[in-house]
Amino acid sequence: MTSGYEPLTSIEAITAGLGEVGYISTAQISTAVFLAHGLRKPILIEGPAGVGKTDLAASLGRWLDLPIIRLQCYEGLDEGKALYEWKYGKQLLYTQILKEKLNELIGEADSLGKSLGKLADFEDLFFSPQFLEARPLLNAMQQDKGSILLIDEIDKSDEAFEAFLLEVLSDYQVSVPEIGTIRAKVPPIVILTSNNVRELGDALKRRCLHLHIGFPDHVREQKIVRARVDGISDSLLSQLVRFVQSVREADIKKRPSIAETVDWARTLLLLHASSLDEQFVRDTLNVLLKHETDIAAIAPQVPKMVREAVGTDTGGRMSSGYPDLG
Amino acid sequence: MERQISNFIRALRSADVKVSTGEALDAARTVAMIGYGDRTLLKDSLACVLAKSEAEKDIHDKLFDLYFARSNKRSEAARDDSEDGETEGQASAGGEPGEQGDAVEQMVSLTQEGNEEALATAVERAAEAAGLNDIRFSTQVAYYAQQMLRAMGGEKLQDRLLQALQNSGAQADTEAQRLIDARRALTMAARERAERAFEVFGAGETEKFRDDVAATKRLTALEAHDMARMKLLIAKVAKRLAVKHSRRRKRTTRGLLDVRKTMRANAGYDGVPFNVIWRQKKRDRPKIVAICDVSGSVAAYVRFLLLLLYSLKEVIPDLHAYAFSYRLGDVSDTLENNEFDGAMKKILREFGLGSTSYGQAFSDFSMNHETVIDRRSTVIVLGDGRSNYGDPRLDLFSGFAGRAKQVIWLNPEGPALWGTGDSVIPRYAPYCKQMSHVATLKDLERAIDEILTSYS
Repeated sequence: MTSGYEPLTSIEAITAGLGEVGYISTAQISTAVFLAHGLRKPILIEGPAGVGKTDLAASLGRWLDLPIIRLQCYEGLDEGKALYEWKYGKQLLYTQILKEKLNELIGEADSLGKSLGKLADFEDLFFSPQFLEARPLLNAMQQDKGSILLIDEIDKSDEAFEAFLLEVLSDYQVSVPEIGTIRAKVPPIVILTSNNVRELGDALKRRCLHLHIGFPDHVREQKIVRARVDGISDSLLSQLVRFVQSVREADIKKRPSIAETVDWARTLLLLHASSLDEQFVRDTLNVLLKHETDIAAIAPQVPKMVREAVGTDTGGRMSSGYPDLG
Repeated sequence: MERQISNFIRALRSADVKVSTGEALDAARTVAMIGYGDRTLLKDSLACVLAKSEAEKDIHDKLFDLYFARSNKRSEAARDDSEDGETEGQASAGGEPGEQGDAVEQMVSLTQEGNEEALATAVERAAEAAGLNDIRFSTQVAYYAQQMLRAMGGEKLQDRLLQALQNSGAQADTEAQRLIDARRALTMAARERAERAFEVFGAGETEKFRDDVAATKRLTALEAHDMARMKLLIAKVAKRLAVKHSRRRKRTTRGLLDVRKTMRANAGYDGVPFNVIWRQKKRDRPKIVAICDVSGSVAAYVRFLLLLLYSLKEVIPDLHAYAFSYRLGDVSDTLENNEFDGAMKKILREFGLGSTSYGQAFSDFSMNHETVIDRRSTVIVLGDGRSNYGDPRLDLFSGFAGRAKQVIWLNPEGPALWGTGDSVIPRYAPYCKQMSHVATLKDLERAIDEILTSYS
C-alpha cells in the first residue's frame, strides 16, 4: 500500500517541507509531526487563538498533497454528524420506487415465512455501503493514500463525544453494526486543536501527543510575515513585528495573533508606509486590536512603542537630555 | 537504556506528572526512534509524549535537565573508563581492592585535582549501590550520603584515620589531615549527589505526602500554615469534580425513536419519516441551596464547603448560600462580590454570634427564602444539629424535603455522638436522602461528587 506520508522521514525534512508551503515550523512542531507519524498517534495542539494550530494541518495536507478532512466541534456534536449516518431519505425513496418490484418479490413467495426471508435479503441491500453517508471521521479512514484529519476545537464538544473519539483514534477503525468493522486503509494523521475552553479528559490526553504552540518569537514571526506578505521591506518588517510583540506584552483582552500581524503588514503596505509612524499606527490600530477597550489602552502608549520599535528612542533622549514631553 | 527512561518516568510521576503505562511505552518507542544522541531533540520528543499541559511541560523540562545532566555525566565518565585503563583502576574504589592500603590511597586520590571524572564515576557507582533512587524525603539526604560513603569504602578510610590520629609526630599529623580532607571531599560529593537525587525523585513525593496528610486531616485540626495548602487542594478537588461533571447535559439515546417528535417533524411529508428524531435524555442543571450553621463549632467546616462550592461555579451556576447560628440570612451576594477570606469574616461577624437554634433558622428560611427550593434543587445542610433544646421545627424541615429534589445533611460530628445531649440529628435524618459524617476534605469531595452525580 502506498501512503502519502513518505516524505516524513526526518525532522529537518518536515521543517523544510512545511517551509515550502509557507508554514514556518519550529523544532517542537516538526518533532511532534515526526513522532505522530512514527508512533501513529494523534497530536493535540493547545495554545492561544491564531498561532497556526489549524494552519499546521492545512499546510501538512498541502505539502503532502493529501486531503484535509476537517471536523469542526461544537456542543451537541454526535456520532451521526462525525462518523456516519444512514441515508434515510434515499432508502425511503428507493423503497417507494421499488414498491412494485417488492410486491412481485413477495408475490412469488407462497408462504409468510418465505416472503419474510425475501424481505430480509432486501433489507441487507438497503443497509449496504451504498446507503452509508460518510461523515468526516469515516471519510478520513476511507482515503486510499491517507489523509490529514483535523478535529478542530475539540474542547467545544461534549464529554461523551470525547469518549467516543477515543475508540476511533486509538484503533483507527469504525464499526457499523449492519456492515461490520471498517478499518482505515491508511491511518490518517490526526490533529486535534483546543483553545482550552474546557479541561479535556485525561483519557483523551493520554492517547495524544501534546504540543503547545505559543506566540512566535521575533525571528519566527518575521519569517512568517515574510512568507505571507510580498514585497515588504526588511526594516518595516522588523519594526512592525517588534511593535506587535510589545503590544502582546501589554495587559489587554485579546492579544494580536499572527493572522492580525499579517493583516496589519498588508495594511501598512497598502498605505505605502516605509517605516512605522505614529499617525499610521494610530489610524490602523483597529486592524491589530479587536476590542475598543484594548485600543483605548494601547493608544496612549503608541508614541513610546513606535519609538522603541523603530529604534530611535535612545538617540532622541541622548540629544535632548530631557524625557519626552509629547 | 530502558532503565534510564523508566527512572526518568518515575521521577516525573513523583513530581505529579501522571504518566500511564501506555505513555511509558510510547516514550521507549520514541527513544528507539530518535536515540539519545541529540539532547534537544530528545527533550522536545519526550515532552511531546509525556507532558500533557503547559504546567507539566515545565516540570518535564526542569526534570529533564536535572536528570539527563547527571546521566550524561555518567555515560561520559563510563566512556573514559573503558578508554583509559588507569582511570578504571583508580575508579573501582567500590569494587574489591587487593589490599586495604590501596583502597584508601585510591579514595584519597579520587579527591585530588584532575580526577573529577573518576570521582564522578565512583560517586555514581556508590549511588547505585546505596539505592539512591529510592530517596523520598529531604531528611534522607544525610543517610544516603553516608551509605554512599560506606559503599566507596569509607570504613577503611575511617580506620586509617583513627590510626593516624593515635600516632604522634609531625608525619602522622600530616597524614591525618590528608585523610580528613579526603573524607570531607568525598562526603561533600556524596551529599551533593544525594541532594540532586532528592530534587529529581523526592521533592514531588514530599509535596504529595503533605497534600495527602492535609486532605485526610480533620478540617478543624488544620493549622494556619496548612490553609494555603488547603486552598490549593480545594482548587484541585474542584477541578477534578468539574472535569467529571461539566457538560454532561443533552445526551441522545440513540436507537430510541422519539415517535411523537418524528411524526410532528414529518407532517409535511405525509407522515413518511424522512427526518428521524431520536429521544433525548433530559438532564437537570444542578441547583444547590446550602444552609450553613456558622456557630463556633462548625464554622471551620463551613469555610471549606463554601470554598469548594464556589470553586465549582462552572458546574453549579445556580448556587444559593445561607448562614445562621440564631438568625438566618442570605450570604450569596457577600460571597459572590468579595474576596473569599474577607467574605467569610464578614459572614461570621454577621451571623456567627448568638446561641444556635435550628428551629429559628428554618423558620427564617421558610419565611423569606423558601421559594428558592424547587424540584431540581439539592438542599445541603451543614451543621451538627445541636439546637440548644429548642423546637427543631420538623414540620418546616419536612416541607423543604418535600419540595426539593433531595436533602443532604453534612455533619461534622461522628455518628457516635448523634442523638446525645441536645443533638436532634436522628429526628431530621428520616427527611434526608443522606446523612454523612464529614470530617476531612476527602469526605467533602465524596459528598459533593455524589450530589453532582445525582444530576447526570
